[in-house]
Amino acid sequence: MYIRTRSAYIGKGFSGYRRAALLLLAAGMLGAAEADGAALDALRQDLNIVWTAVAAFLVFFMQAGFAMVESGFTRAKNTVNIMMKNLMDFSMASVVYFILGFGLMFGVSNGFWGSSHFLGSFSDLAGDDWNWTFLIFQTVFAGTAATIVSGAMAERTRFPAYIAYSVLIAAFIYPVFGSWAWGSLLAGGGWLEGLGFTDFAGSTVVHSLGGWLALAGAMVVGPRLGKYGPNGEAKAIPGHNIALGALGVFILWFGWFGFNPGSTTAGDGSIGRIAVMTNLSASAAAITALVTSWLIHSKPDGSMALNGALAGLVAITAGCADVSGLGSLSIGAMAGILVVFSIEFIDRVLKVDDPVGAVSVHGVAGAFGTLAVGLFHIEKGLLYGGGFSLLGVQAAGVLAAFAWAFGLGYILFKVIDAILVLRVSEEEELRGLDIGEHGMEAYSGFQIFTTQ
Amino acid sequence: MKLITAYIQPERLNAVKQSLYERRVFKMSITNALGCGEQKGYHETYRGADIEVNLLKKVRLEIAVNDDYVDAAVEAIISGAKTGSIGDGKIFVQELTECIRIRTGETGPVAVG
Repeated sequence: MYIRTRSAYIGKGFSGYRRAALLLLAAGMLGAAEADGAALDALRQDLNIVWTAVAAFLVFFMQAGFAMVESGFTRAKNTVNIMMKNLMDFSMASVVYFILGFGLMFGVSNGFWGSSHFLGSFSDLAGDDWNWTFLIFQTVFAGTAATIVSGAMAERTRFPAYIAYSVLIAAFIYPVFGSWAWGSLLAGGGWLEGLGFTDFAGSTVVHSLGGWLALAGAMVVGPRLGKYGPNGEAKAIPGHNIALGALGVFILWFGWFGFNPGSTTAGDGSIGRIAVMTNLSASAAAITALVTSWLIHSKPDGSMALNGALAGLVAITAGCADVSGLGSLSIGAMAGILVVFSIEFIDRVLKVDDPVGAVSVHGVAGAFGTLAVGLFHIEKGLLYGGGFSLLGVQAAGVLAAFAWAFGLGYILFKVIDAILVLRVSEEEELRGLDIGEHGMEAYSGFQIFTTQ
Repeated sequence: MKLITAYIQPERLNAVKQSLYERRVFKMSITNALGCGEQKGYHETYRGADIEVNLLKKVRLEIAVNDDYVDAAVEAIISGAKTGSIGDGKIFVQELTECIRIRTGETGPVAVG
C-alpha cells in the first residue's frame, strides 16, 4: 500500500524512535490488526492526555473571556476590580481545588462526597500521568464555575468578601455537587449519576450551579445605586466597552471548543462531532436572541445577541455528545429566545440586578439545556421514543442543583455579609471600586465620567 | 439673567440633578474637570509605588437661569452636593449679558427659558 511504502521509505533515514512513531501512525491508518497492541494502547493513552491537556488550556482561556465580558458590560470605573476578581477567583480556586475540592469531587465516595485524592495524594510525582491531566482539566472547570458569580455581583461587592466566596465555592459547593454527577469519572460515584443523570460537560454541574450562586449573591448584595427608580422601574446602566464584551464572547466561544469536545477526555473521532454540535447551538442561539430582541424592541440588540451565543453554548453543554445536529439547532434556538425573556424577567419582575446577565445565561440556560437532554437524547429522549424517564431524572438533577447552590449560596452570602460586609459604601460605589478597593484606575489619563 | 457655574464631586451629580428637577430646573451642561482646592488630593498606588493625585476629578455644572430661578438653583445644587466634608465644591454666580437661542433668534430672558 502507498502509506506503508512511504513510511518505510522515510523510515530508512530516520532514528529508530521516529521510525517507530511513523510506523505506528501508518499502522493506525491501516487498522490495529497489523500493529503491536500494547504500543498502540500507549499511543492512544498519550493522545488522550494531549487532547485533554490542550482542552484544559482552552478552558483556562475562558477566564480571559469572562474578564472581558464582565468589564465590557460594566462601567469603566470598576474595571480593575473586575480584572482582580477574575484573576483571584481562578487562583484561589486552583489552590483550594488541589488541596480539597478534587478529592471531594473525585475521591472514593459514599455517594455524597469523596474522601481521598486530597492534595494530589493520588500519585507520586513521576507516575500516573492520566490523573495529573485529569486534575488540570477539572481545575479549570472549577475555576469556570467560580468565576460566573463575579459578573452578577459586579460594581458593588467588597473585594475581600468576594475572595472568601470564591474559596468556598471551589473548596466545597462545586466539588460536592460535582461528585453527585461526575464522581465516577475517576474513583468516586454519586447518587445523581446513579439515577442516570446525563450532563456531559456541565450545563448543570458547572453553569447552573454558578448561575444559581450568582442569583443568591446578587440578591443578598442588592441592586447597584441608580438601577431601580423610586417606583421600582428598572433602568439601564450601559457597559463601557462593547468591543471588549464582544471579544470576551468570542474568547468564551473559542474556549468552549475545549470545554465540550474536551470533556470526552479522549482523543478520538467524537471530538469533531461534539464541536459541530457546540457550534450549531451557539450560532442558532445568537440568531434567535437577535431576532427576539429585534421583534420586542424593534432594534437588533447587540448585547442580547452576544448573551444569546453564550446561552446557546451553555445549553448544549449537557447534551453535546448525545444529540443530533437537528437536536442541537433546536436546543440553541430555544435557548436564544429563552435568555432574552429570562434577562428581562429577572431585571424587571424579580428586580434582581445582574449587570452581565450571568443568572440567565448560566443558571437558566444551563437548567434548560439539561432538561433538553431528556427531550433530544437520540436514544433515551422523549422526542426519540425514549419516554419520560430520562426527562424526569434530568429534572431531578436540575432541582437538586438549584436547591444546593441557591440555598447554600444564600446562607453563605448572608454569613459573609455578617462577618466581612458584602457591600461597599455608597460613596465608594459612586466613585468606583477601582479607587476604593484597589487604589488605582484602569484608564489612568483618560477622561471618564464617574458620575453615574 | 445669571450664569451659575458649580464645581462638585462627580459622584454627587445624580443627587444634584434630582434636586434640580424637583425645583423645576431642567437644563444644564456638564463637563469633566480636574481641579484642586483644600481637599489636596488622595493617594493611588501603581506597581507598589505611591502616586499623589493632586488634581482631582470634578464635574463642572453650568446653568443659565432667569433671576427668579437663581435661589432655587443654588439651593438645589447645595442640597444635592453637600456631604459636609472638604471637597464638596463651590458655586459661582455671574451676570449674564446676553443669551440667544440659535433656532429662533430669540434673545434675553425668553431665550434662557
